[in-house]
Amino acid sequence: MVEFALPKNSRIVTGKTWPKPEGATNVRKFQIYRWNPDDGKNPQVDTYFLDMDKCGPMVLDALIKIKNEIDPTLTFRRSCREGICGSCAMNIDGINTLACIYGLDEVKGDVKIYPLPHMPVVKDLIPDLTHFYAQHASIMPWLETKTNRPAKEWRQSIEDRKKLDGLYECVMCASCSTSCPSYWWNGDKYLGPAALLHAYRWIIDSRDEATGERLDELEDPFKLYRCHTIMNCAKTCPKGLNPAKAIAEIKKMLVERHV
Amino acid sequence: MNFLTDRKRAQGMGASGQGTHHHWQMMVSSTLLVVLIPAFVITFGLSLGGTYEEVLAFYAKPVPAIISALTLIVGVVHIMREAQMAIEDYMHGLAEKLTYIAVGALCYTMIAVGLFALVKLAL
Repeated sequence: MVEFALPKNSRIVTGKTWPKPEGATNVRKFQIYRWNPDDGKNPQVDTYFLDMDKCGPMVLDALIKIKNEIDPTLTFRRSCREGICGSCAMNIDGINTLACIYGLDEVKGDVKIYPLPHMPVVKDLIPDLTHFYAQHASIMPWLETKTNRPAKEWRQSIEDRKKLDGLYECVMCASCSTSCPSYWWNGDKYLGPAALLHAYRWIIDSRDEATGERLDELEDPFKLYRCHTIMNCAKTCPKGLNPAKAIAEIKKMLVERHV
Repeated sequence: MNFLTDRKRAQGMGASGQGTHHHWQMMVSSTLLVVLIPAFVITFGLSLGGTYEEVLAFYAKPVPAIISALTLIVGVVHIMREAQMAIEDYMHGLAEKLTYIAVGALCYTMIAVGLFALVKLAL
């Protein structure tokens, strides 16, 4: 449901300001959201300063440098550092994106880093994606077949394989779903752009034999039709995908089935 | 505390099997309004500035009266469906149901009053 104000215990207060690096001439200011579930305090924004002459070019490089050299308690997810694992999704300079492929030169002024919006926070920059992953699992993200398994492989034409381009590349970073106002207000029932993009990826797969069942599972005012084509998902996707188009294609298929 | 599994919470009560009709009707009414709104603005504009008798005579003609009636019905039904979406987005529980009923009643009343006025003008 729509919320216009944060709960009292979620209001962000000003946090600690760490000292500037001595002797540095190229200093940049980082404001980072911090919240520790164990200390009972409200979230705070801590301020760090980094010598950019000794820092890598990406936001993730800066976060790792802060964790290694300034504040080892800073907590965030990261793994592949090349935009494949989707672990380091966070809100940087107001945009949901992957810290590993977002350049510090793309940010004007101070670098403000928050966890993905409107999700429960586990700690600091780590959102709780349990429900997001459960929604993904609910769309049956695997090949469903009824025909006996062929001796060699499920065959697919080059043209049919091309239909999966722009869909299979999704790394499930949750940037799109957490940028969607419909997902903010009704995330308990609305599947969100990421799960729906994956749903369409399996619906459109020529080898899948559960198209009808998949469409049945999506035909719901909340699961699918909460998408109002706001397009935040397409704008924010760090992989350049277009979940809104995939959702529109599902809607078109459902209309074709009815009309 | 609910000891529900994550999957159970995500699936809820399953899909209702509805929504496509609503979506299709919105597409249809949007398309109709693309034609009806300009036609209504033109016909309404032609009647502007006339005397009471001239306006009565104008709306006694079938084309302006039918265009006005269609615009009223399609437009208000479109607004009602759009309002339903907004109510579902922003309200939940009993307040959602009561608001939905109130908006429906208001919209049907608007159609009835508008048609009554048009009939009175036209006949």
